Amino acid sequence: MTRYLAPLFAFLGAIGLACTCWLIFTDTPLQYSWQPNNRHWVLATGSGSLFFNQKIFFWHVPHAIMLFIAVGVAGVSSIGFLWKRNPKWDDVALASVSVAVAFGAVTLITGSIWAKAAWGHWWIWEKRLTMSLLLWLTLVGYLLVRRYAGASGERIAAGMAVFAMIGVPFIYAMVGAGDNHPQAGSEGNVATLNSDMRPAFWSSMVTFLCWFLTLTITRVQSARMEREVRELREKGLDTGVLE
Amino acid sequence: MTSRIDRVEISKVAKRYGTERALVNVSLELRAGSMCALLGHNGAGKTTLLGILSTLVRQNDGKVRYVGGGTEVEGDALRREIGLLAHSSLCYAELTARENLELVAGLYSIEGGTSAIEAVLDRVGLDARARDRLARTYSRGMLQRLSLARALLTRPSLVLLDEPFTGLDRGGALAFGAELAALRDGGAIVVVVTHDLEAIAGRTDHVAILRQGKLVFEERGTYDYEQLKDIYHRHAN
Amino acid sequence: MSTLSHAARIAWKDLRIELRSREIFYTMAFFGGLLAVVYSFVFPSNADMIKIAVPGMLWVSIAFAGTIGLSRAFDRERENDTMRALLLAPIPRLSVFLGKACSIAVLVLGVAVVVTPMLWLLLDVHLFDDPGVLILSLVLGSIGFALVGSVFSAALIKVRSRDVLLPVILYPLLIPLFVAGTSVTAGMLAGNQPKVWYWMGFLGVYDAVFLVVSLWIFESLVIE
Repeated sequence: MTRYLAPLFAFLGAIGLACTCWLIFTDTPLQYSWQPNNRHWVLATGSGSLFFNQKIFFWHVPHAIMLFIAVGVAGVSSIGFLWKRNPKWDDVALASVSVAVAFGAVTLITGSIWAKAAWGHWWIWEKRLTMSLLLWLTLVGYLLVRRYAGASGERIAAGMAVFAMIGVPFIYAMVGAGDNHPQAGSEGNVATLNSDMRPAFWSSMVTFLCWFLTLTITRVQSARMEREVRELREKGLDTGVLE
Repeated sequence: MTSRIDRVEISKVAKRYGTERALVNVSLELRAGSMCALLGHNGAGKTTLLGILSTLVRQNDGKVRYVGGGTEVEGDALRREIGLLAHSSLCYAELTARENLELVAGLYSIEGGTSAIEAVLDRVGLDARARDRLARTYSRGMLQRLSLARALLTRPSLVLLDEPFTGLDRGGALAFGAELAALRDGGAIVVVVTHDLEAIAGRTDHVAILRQGKLVFEERGTYDYEQLKDIYHRHAN
Repeated sequence: MSTLSHAARIAWKDLRIELRSREIFYTMAFFGGLLAVVYSFVFPSNADMIKIAVPGMLWVSIAFAGTIGLSRAFDRERENDTMRALLLAPIPRLSVFLGKACSIAVLVLGVAVVVTPMLWLLLDVHLFDDPGVLILSLVLGSIGFALVGSVFSAALIKVRSRDVLLPVILYPLLIPLFVAGTSVTAGMLAGNQPKVWYWMGFLGVYDAVFLVVSLWIFESLVIE
C-alpha cells in the first residue's frame, strides 16, 4: 500500500502544477500591487503595480510554509529517534531536513527576487525572510553534522533538530513586528486574500504540499530499502551463502 | 545499601555504528569470582562490548541483565558497582591524587573519608610524597597506580579493564595482573580486554574471543601462556 | 536534592582546576578584550554610530570568546577520558550536565566582566549607568550560552571535527539569545525601559525553556 504513496502524490502534484500555472497566468489579474498604507492588494495600474513579479508569491509562500512544516516534522521525528533509537525515525528526520533545505533555498531565492522587484533590494531584513534564513542555516548545519561528525552524527543532528524546532517560536518573537512584508490578505489572514487570487493560491499550496510529500516519502523509502539490502547482505554473509 | 552483582547475562546483544556492525548476536554469561579475558583483533568489538557493559553505550538489540542477590540491579545502584580501568587514567591532571580520590569518594558516597583514601593509596603503593602533587607530574606507572586506587576505592563488584597493561613494563604488568587476580578472588567479576596474553596467562578462568563482532569462542578453564596463544591464533583470525 | 549537590561538586571541581592554572580564563578574557580593541579600530569613531554598534560588539565578543572557552573546557574532560568517568559515576547524569553548564556560565561571565569595562573605557559608552540591568542581562545570557553550549560540546567530545562543528551547531541556535542580549543592551543605552524589559523577559524564557530541553536531551546525546 505504502508503495503507492509517492507516485500518488507525484501524480497529484503534477496535475496541481499544471492547474496552478494555468490559474496563475490566466486567472489572476496582472495589475495587483501592494498598498502599505491599508495593507491590501489592490487593483492598480501604472507604475505602482508589480505585474508579473507578483506571481512569484504563488511559489514563495507555499515553499516557505513547507519549510516550517519540515522543521516541525524533523523535530518530532528526532525526538522519536532519540527516545526509541529506531533508525526509521531518523530516516524521516533526515529526509525531511534534506527536502527542507531545498525548499528553503527556493523560499530565499524567490523571496529575494520579490524583494528586488517590490522594494529594489536583493535582500531585506524583514520577518519571514529572516526566519526562513535562520531556519535554513540551522538545517544546513544539521546536514553538515550528519556528514562530518562520524558515528555520533545522527544523534547530535537529532539534538540540533529538536533545539531548532523549539527555537522557532523564539525566532518568531525575535524578528519583531512592523515591516513591509506583504500579507496574504489584509490582516495576514488567508481568508481575506482577495478572492481573485484564492484559487491560484490554494492550488499552489496543494501542489507544493504534494511535491514536498513526494520528495520526503521517496527519500524515506530509499533509505529503508538501503537498510534492507544491507541487512540481507549481512545475513547472507553470516550464514555463508555470500562470500 | 549496596547490592553486589553476582552475575551478568548478556543475551543477543547487537550494536551498529552507522552502517558498520560492531557487535552481532553476542551472548555471554559472567559470574562472580571469575576473570574473563575478552580477546580479539582491533575492531572486533571488544571495546564496544565493554562500553555496553559499563552502560555508556546503548545496544541496538538484545539485553544485558545485572543480577545481584536474586534481583536485577539497575540505574544508579548499578553504576555504583561498576569499576573501570582504561588505558587513560580517568583522573584529572590538574588535581592531586588525594583530590582526585576525594572527588570520587564524594560522587560514590564512600564513607570513611580521608582514612579510606589513604588506605587505598597505601595499598597501591603510591609514594606518600607524590600524593599531594598534581597528577600531571606523575610517571606512567604512578598514573596506573592512581587509576587502580580510584577503581579500588569504590569496591566495585564488576571491574572492566580496557587494555590496562599498555605502557607497563614486564614487571609492572605482572604485578598488575596479580592485583586483578586478587580482585577476582575477592568475589568480583573481572573482565579484561587486552592483547597482552602473558600478563593474564594463568590468571583467567574464562576466555571469550570476538571476531568481526561475533563471539567465536568461549570456554571456562585455566590457560597458560602457550594455550592462550594457541587459542587466540586459531580463533581470532 | 542530591542531583544539585553532585552538580555543585562537579562545578566546584572545574572551578578549582581553573583557579589553579587560570589557563582558560586568561586566554578567553584576553581574546575577548582583543576583540574589543579590534572593533574600536574597525568601526568609525563617530559617537552616535558607536552607540549603535556597542551592544553587538559586546555580545559578539562574548560569543566568540565563549565558544573558545567551551571547547577548551570540554577538551579537559577528554584528556584522560574523565568525561567517561563522570558519566559512569552513580549520580544522575543530569548532575554532570548541570555541573559543567554552571562552570561554563561562570567562565563566560568572567569574559563579560573583562570585555564590558574595556568597551566602556575605549569607546566612552555609558554601559554602567544601569548596572542592575547590565549584570542581569549578562548573567542570563551566560546561562543560556552555557546550557546550549554544554549539551553539544559534551556530545561532540569524541568527534574528530568538533572544533569546526561546534560553532556550526551553536550559532544558529543561539542567535535569538544574542539578539535578545544586544536588544537589552541597546535599550539600556537608549534609556528605553519597555524595550529593556521585553528582551530581558525573552532572555529569561529562553533560558528556562532550553534548560528543560537540555535536561531532557543531554543523556541521549552523550550515551552512544
